[in-house]
Amino acid sequence: MSTTTTETAVSPPAKTPPPGRTPATGTARRPKRFTSFIPGFLAWFAGLVFFLPVAWMVLTSFHSESDAASNPPALTAPLTLDSYRQFFSSDGASPWPPLINSMTASVASTLLVLLLALPAAYALSIRPVKAWRDALFFFLSTKMLPAIAGLLPLFLFAKNIGFLDNIWLLVLLYTSMNLPIAVWMLQSFLAEVPPSLIEAAQIDGAKLPAILFRVVGPVVLPGIAATSLICFIFSWNEMLFARVLTGVTAETAPVFLTSFITSQGLFLAQVSAASLAISLPVLAAGFAAQDKLVQGLSLGAVK
Amino acid sequence: MTAPAVPAATSPGTRSRAKAWATRAPLLPALIFMIVVTQLPFVATLVISLFDWNALYPDDRSFNGLGNFSTVLSDSALRSSVTTTVLLTASVVLISLVLGLAIALLLDRKFRGRGLVRTMMITPFLLVPVAAALMWKHVLYNPEYGLLNGMLVWLGDLLGFTPPQPDWISEMPLPAVALSLIWQWTPFMTLILLAGLQSRPLEQYEAARLDGADNWQIFRHLTLPHLRRYLELGALLGSIYIVQNFDAVFTITRGGLGTANLPYAIYEEFYQAQDYGVASAAGVLVVIGSLIIAMFALRVVSSLFREEGSRA
Repeated sequence: MSTTTTETAVSPPAKTPPPGRTPATGTARRPKRFTSFIPGFLAWFAGLVFFLPVAWMVLTSFHSESDAASNPPALTAPLTLDSYRQFFSSDGASPWPPLINSMTASVASTLLVLLLALPAAYALSIRPVKAWRDALFFFLSTKMLPAIAGLLPLFLFAKNIGFLDNIWLLVLLYTSMNLPIAVWMLQSFLAEVPPSLIEAAQIDGAKLPAILFRVVGPVVLPGIAATSLICFIFSWNEMLFARVLTGVTAETAPVFLTSFITSQGLFLAQVSAASLAISLPVLAAGFAAQDKLVQGLSLGAVK
Repeated sequence: MTAPAVPAATSPGTRSRAKAWATRAPLLPALIFMIVVTQLPFVATLVISLFDWNALYPDDRSFNGLGNFSTVLSDSALRSSVTTTVLLTASVVLISLVLGLAIALLLDRKFRGRGLVRTMMITPFLLVPVAAALMWKHVLYNPEYGLLNGMLVWLGDLLGFTPPQPDWISEMPLPAVALSLIWQWTPFMTLILLAGLQSRPLEQYEAARLDGADNWQIFRHLTLPHLRRYLELGALLGSIYIVQNFDAVFTITRGGLGTANLPYAIYEEFYQAQDYGVASAAGVLVVIGSLIIAMFALRVVSSLFREEGSRA
């Protein structure tokens, strides 16, 4: 690559910056302008194609059942809140107990995850144990085994101690499901805290709790928030464990949704309203955690 | 756990051991929790897989050696579920990876409304999986008034042909399930590859441009090699999640019409047929299959991890 170095050395300020990374400066007028418009157009097209089904479902959820069932689709039909009203009123089964169960399972397991993962992440980054890499990869490897393979013993165990259909069983299982993700994410956030910051505080005579809360805490707080949101999303979404291990009392929202699997006459607007209402907490959490989403999904491997 | 019991005034050896335990202590609760809740059940599954045990005949429990494994391997339904799992996983991962790469390349450029497009793009991933599957099953695939056939009618009116009105799910069950998963997983691939694109060393690109490289050459010789590990990571993590997929198969087809994948087949074996021994044997086989994928996945993650560490 010697040619590269000589070339760069000879012609210092690059006259043609690579397209797509053009800084918005005054010298914008170029013949390339028209063709550089195409990628943006394609990106919009792709985004709209992926968004269209959701947008359509939102629109359908605000239509009356008869308008929702028209073919060709009724784009301009009058809007109504009927489907949401019907969903939340307890005509059939009320969605509130499942929603409360899901909220309990998601929030409690997320708190438990933080309680276990924060000290663990500390012992894997700021004051690392000797085999911290091995420990980190042990957590990751548990995530790669299919959950279904451990389900039967869990079911039998829960049945024998009378723990079936209990929301706290799900809390424990969701904790184990999310703990590896949280440990990886928090480890990577804690590792970003500059050691000099901690050393300076130590020299000032600060004790460990003070260092954790006053020095480390503020730096990693956004990371902790993102981690919590991602754990919340995964717990809220989970359906297989919930379906097998709960019955009437501890039923969660996704299990409640499965009652919409078989068609019940004209019910498109209702399915749409139910699906959106139950997805709403996850959509909110997901948009809030947007920037850190990829880090959580890749188990901290990608930043 | 021995540290607190050791008397205070002892040799430096024990003191350093006590210190090591103090360092380890914050890690232990999480470690023990994971071993108890995730590893013990697998051991139990392994043990149960060696027994002839059907919950409908609880008194007939007996040791069966590897009998359940031969049952699993000779059972045509379970065998076809293996094929289904491979087909479903491979098609979803490959197609969403290619689409994700294309969209990530588009999103990597600056254009008006990029943030909004990015947000629209990740929305499919933020629906509850059961809700997304319900949407595909009823709102999109419904043969009489689903959006897909509705758009065909529009198109027919516009271009003057008689629109076909296929019953998507019964005519093409596995592609129907796959399409819903591709729609949900392409955003995931896009996000990972976009993160990869944004970590490219830009100096190299400027140098290549000054050398007169065109866009294709730059993509082929700089972007693609840099993205290789992100592509591998996306493919492997995608495989791990989609091999385990249960929600879409359960919701869209109830495992019917040849769409039952392994998790669904195991669920059936255990939940409906109550054959604990056979279900466990199938579970052990899935674990072995997953371990093979996981070994590659762990290697990729560990190389990315080391790279990130050296850059920091």
